[in-house]
Amino acid sequence: MFAAIFKSRKERGLREAGWGWTLFAGSIGLIYFFPVLWIIMTAFKTRADALATPPVFLFTPTFENFVSVFLRLSQTGQEAVSTGMGLYFFNSVFVAASGVLLALVIGTLAAYGFSRYPLKGNDTYLFVILTTRMLPPIIVIIPIFLMFRLTGLSGSYIGVILLYAAFNLPFSIWMMKSFFDELSIDVEDAARLDGSSDRGVFFRICLPQLKAGLAATAVFALILTWNEFLFALLLTGTETRTVPVAMARTIGGELGVDWGLLAAIITLFLIPVFAVTYLLQNHLLRGVTFGTIKK
Amino acid sequence: MNKPIIPLDGESAGLSPTRHEDKQLENSTPIRGKSMRDFWHWMFSPERRGAMLVAPALIMLFLMNIFPLMWSFGLSFFHYKASSMRPPRFAGFYYYEKVLSDPVVWERLQTTALIVSLSVLLQMVIGFSMALLFEKKFPFRRELLMLVLTPMMLSFVAVGVFFKLFYEPTFGILSQGYAYFFGEPLTLLATKWGAIWAIVVADAWMWSPFVMLLVLAGLVSVPDYLYEAAAVDRASWWRRFKTVTFPYVKGLLLLALLFRTIETFKIFDVVYLITAGGPGTSTETIAVYVYKIAFQFFKTSQSSALSYILLFVVIVLTNLYLYFVNRRNEEV
Repeated sequence: MFAAIFKSRKERGLREAGWGWTLFAGSIGLIYFFPVLWIIMTAFKTRADALATPPVFLFTPTFENFVSVFLRLSQTGQEAVSTGMGLYFFNSVFVAASGVLLALVIGTLAAYGFSRYPLKGNDTYLFVILTTRMLPPIIVIIPIFLMFRLTGLSGSYIGVILLYAAFNLPFSIWMMKSFFDELSIDVEDAARLDGSSDRGVFFRICLPQLKAGLAATAVFALILTWNEFLFALLLTGTETRTVPVAMARTIGGELGVDWGLLAAIITLFLIPVFAVTYLLQNHLLRGVTFGTIKK
Repeated sequence: MNKPIIPLDGESAGLSPTRHEDKQLENSTPIRGKSMRDFWHWMFSPERRGAMLVAPALIMLFLMNIFPLMWSFGLSFFHYKASSMRPPRFAGFYYYEKVLSDPVVWERLQTTALIVSLSVLLQMVIGFSMALLFEKKFPFRRELLMLVLTPMMLSFVAVGVFFKLFYEPTFGILSQGYAYFFGEPLTLLATKWGAIWAIVVADAWMWSPFVMLLVLAGLVSVPDYLYEAAAVDRASWWRRFKTVTFPYVKGLLLLALLFRTIETFKIFDVVYLITAGGPGTSTETIAVYVYKIAFQFFKTSQSSALSYILLFVVIVLTNLYLYFVNRRNEEV
């Protein structure tokens, strides 16, 4: 299993590098991680600190950027009005969750089919499915854009959710198939001999063994959707806009970019990503290669 | 007169249609219910199980991917602009000829090739070095690994915004560092090569961990006894690397190379956010170019024709990738 990556040589019987190596790898890791760290620091800076030359590393943290992500002063300067960012965060969560749920249900069934009841030309189907995922999204988006405009789905939740379900489907199928392929068929055969129906085998034998796999696939797909930009840019309206699009619009106005505010949006946007990366550590390899590489 | 001993009419076998219908009338089950049930049985019969399980997925993919692709394939043979109401007129291969003979398209492909090769090369080098770094055992290894792996989970938009901020000439941290050492401000995004490197660095920073992850998977799969044997033989570091380590890594390295090539070929978001193709058109990759002709100039047919040429490239690369994946799976 992939978890072996996280078990280093020593745990498997070889060289110990010790604290010296921690220092070395740690400094390189910190340099590598610095861009993220800097953004998080910027999010806690006041406007003056954020734009200071030379850059300040020590400062008194402020939460005003986080407040102004959601609230800003109205034109009259008195009452606080919503910036709409709350809605965009809700949209991101809602659209990603619905799209992924749909893709996961359909994808798991299909993966089980591809794994246990191979069709004629099984590999061709799987190849076509993977190809639809590997395509530059810009190719797919042109006709979908026209199609959505004709059917009036453009800018609606249903349109975006359907699109994200389709976007996640190839990923779910390949991931879940790689998990199903790893299960021992003997258990299923034994259950069949004991009189279990096909449905029983799927629901009571296979799925319970794949709880972790299902969770990994779901969470991975959630992050991919959460991060998605191009589809959202072209197919969401003012009401259904997601956070990445809102961020890109904030940066779009060249002159008056409020970096502290932008950094705060990103920091909030990244919290689920950090959580997920931590949760998924043993499935990262499989996830980033769409289930094509398992170990 | 001569009644057959064995009833041939099936009546006594309980298969009589009349009796069947009688029964149904008694139960007052409508005929429709029966056909529904037949359909149900037909649908869920064991020999159709595989097809039925994958059908919803295939239908969905057909509706949201394959059909739109076919549509745009059709459009690429017609004169059509999404911004005008004029009905499409047949154009034959006009747009394919136009796209393939257009020097601008070739220029964009060259830009893309340049960015892809620089970025993938950088990813391979950084990824490989970091994998070697993390192969050893040391305290907090797992935590540090998580730290380094984070960039590839970030969104392109976030990475684009990060680097846009770092490259900002007056107060961007990178420019300030540069000004500190060289005395003059760094205006990276104003020159062609500066902008290309700006994109390459952002993309390579984001995806080197991917290469690292794959290489690390190869490194930890080297059996310990091989290292022990190499130690007994007093093999030099280089020799041990060449004969023991590398053979276990090269398959995954090739997969990483192909995968990253396919993915970097599509590079859009980072370019769109950091340089928007500028200065001029010097960092306009093919994906950004398609986006511009499709959604800014609304040359729908032309962009569709170009899309199909890209589609072909990606299909070839994906095929190659899967070929090596399968070959590796057979070896393992």
